[in-house]
Amino acid sequence: MLVPIAALAGLGLLSGLGLAAAARVFAVEGDARQDEIADLLPGANCGGCGYAGCADFAGAVVRGDAAAADCPVCDRRSAELVAAVMGLELDEREPQVALILCQGDDHVAARRYRYNGLASCASAVQLGGGDKACGWGCLGLGDCQAACAFGAVEMTAAGVARVLPARCTGCGRCVTACPKDIIKLVPKSATVHVLCSNHGKGAGVKKQCSVACLGCRKCEKAFAEDPRIVVSDFLAEVDYGRAPDDPALVDLCPTGAIVHVEQGTEGGTP
Amino acid sequence: MKFAGGIHPAYHKDTAASTTATLPLLPRYVVPVAQHLGAPGEVVVAKGDAVGRGQPLTEPRGFVSVPVHAPTSGTVTSVKELPHPVGRPQLAVEIESDGRDAWWEGITPHGDWRTLEPALLKGLIRDAGVVGMGGAAFPTHVKLSPPEDKPITAFLLNGAECEPYLTADHRVMVEQPAAVLEGVGLMMRVLGVTAGHVGVESNKPDALAALRDACPRDLDLAFHLLETKYPQGSEKHLIAAVTGREVPSGGLPMDVGCVVQNVGTAVACVEAVRDGRPMTERVATVTGPAVRTPRNVRVRVGTPLTDVLAFCGGLTADAAKVVLGGPMMGLGQFDMDVPVLKGTSGVLCLRERDVVLFEGGPCIRCGFCVDACPMGLVPSAMGVLSERGVFADLPAWHVTDCIECGSCAYVCPSRRPLVQLFRRGKAEVRALQPKAAGAA
Repeated sequence: MLVPIAALAGLGLLSGLGLAAAARVFAVEGDARQDEIADLLPGANCGGCGYAGCADFAGAVVRGDAAAADCPVCDRRSAELVAAVMGLELDEREPQVALILCQGDDHVAARRYRYNGLASCASAVQLGGGDKACGWGCLGLGDCQAACAFGAVEMTAAGVARVLPARCTGCGRCVTACPKDIIKLVPKSATVHVLCSNHGKGAGVKKQCSVACLGCRKCEKAFAEDPRIVVSDFLAEVDYGRAPDDPALVDLCPTGAIVHVEQGTEGGTP
Repeated sequence: MKFAGGIHPAYHKDTAASTTATLPLLPRYVVPVAQHLGAPGEVVVAKGDAVGRGQPLTEPRGFVSVPVHAPTSGTVTSVKELPHPVGRPQLAVEIESDGRDAWWEGITPHGDWRTLEPALLKGLIRDAGVVGMGGAAFPTHVKLSPPEDKPITAFLLNGAECEPYLTADHRVMVEQPAAVLEGVGLMMRVLGVTAGHVGVESNKPDALAALRDACPRDLDLAFHLLETKYPQGSEKHLIAAVTGREVPSGGLPMDVGCVVQNVGTAVACVEAVRDGRPMTERVATVTGPAVRTPRNVRVRVGTPLTDVLAFCGGLTADAAKVVLGGPMMGLGQFDMDVPVLKGTSGVLCLRERDVVLFEGGPCIRCGFCVDACPMGLVPSAMGVLSERGVFADLPAWHVTDCIECGSCAYVCPSRRPLVQLFRRGKAEVRALQPKAAGAA
């Protein structure tokens, strides 16, 4: 009885000593700051920064390849703490949110055919660009929702996607996931938006969707001196470099493509 | 011989005995610039131009490209984006007919192909805008130009027509066997091949007999009555059934010394050379339970679908779905203004009760699709990978060898949209490829 116990205990002791020695001999010099930064990051591994995950991004910050503000998800306080680990000041950056430039749900936008297939926008697009009569319309099958790691995209009952600004971190994954290319990152402080991506013109567009931008230029003319909304190729687009904030613009639009949305002014997760 | 896999759907070859009827001249035609695989041509006419029948409307761009031609004489009324069978509007030339239907003055008959050089013949075929008429619409002159390191030893005439409902090729073989065989001789001359094969499915013995009876003495052809099995008309499967050769994964028929051409294409080649007439019409089957008078029609390329259907008595009141092509690989249409293209082999009209809706249940691992796949792939596994978004693993399962014949989806008891999953998977794999090449 004693012999087996002693033998096993001896083996255990021997292996333990071996491991302890190996840990000393083969130890890898790591930068403690990398772990410290990784602990401060959100840990969602969303990839919004362009790195493989939060740990990879932390490494990039330590190497000096990335700045603390490059994490699109971190709120301001965390970013400051990350910068502090590196002994740096946080450079100011305007927080961004994703915005879906389409409000063509089933109440207002026509469908061309009955789609019977995979519930995936990328697959539906392979069938003539999808079932929406408008070639730039949200298909409502939720590829952006599936891509979002923060639960910030919801599908409305009438079949279009909508971003919940309070949850959106501006990581941009939905922007890449959308096969119609109608999601854009915009400054969180901007309040007036053109929620349409239709480059068609005139009467044909009205048949496709009643809230589409017709390219009538009424909004553009309101800023004759100082263009903040520019119509190009029959679509009005907000110049977010100097975004307009006058709610009166909403009434100016004959179709309701221009909307006023408060997305919150300060960055941060809820 | 047989190929492995495949299915036996209900064939519904209801129009097999219907003599081809010619559509009367119409007031308006729409000729899309993009009608073939490869680069579309550059438009060389403008609004207001007078054109003659057979006048080129586009100039080909690059090697894998052919021109399109005016289907009748008249005036170009517009060059703009118009409805197209692929779903999105495409650039097209709209022609208002002048009622004279006069051939263009530039049309020159070239006489007997037996006396002409192969290179010249190839050029004439290209200039006439000839593409494969089986459905894929691949430019014919490209298939007739194998690289020097791929010697061609066998020419195969494809008269399988394995898609259910379609009988257009059947009628061409029965009604114009001499023209078909002329075309075979012509293409064999271009390729420098002496031995040819004709493959026809066993449900059309009269077509094979017609070709055999019309075969001239100087044409060395072997006639094969093949098993009636879908997709017998796929190039690779026709080659397997006729010659026993197997086209390697990712390869082309020319890799095993074969060139396969459709019967309609053969006729088009003859007309292009003998008469100098470009491809401006084709035979198509208008069929299905939702069209009043199913029949085979000789129709000009560019004829709006509305006019084709009207010629066949129109759609019934309970019509629910119109498909261009056959039921297995055809493309559903929602706009009846789209024109007939060079590759339009049929117009299939179905009622609501004929249409199966996919509900897309989970894979139950029954393996039916594995037995049905004529390419020897494992559709069940590829379907799950694509569904889960694991696209990077798909090349290992050879997803790009899938010919999208739909045999797997046809037998799937879970009604999984397998072909759609593979189409998506292939697109993702193609998107991954340049990256992989860049890293290597």
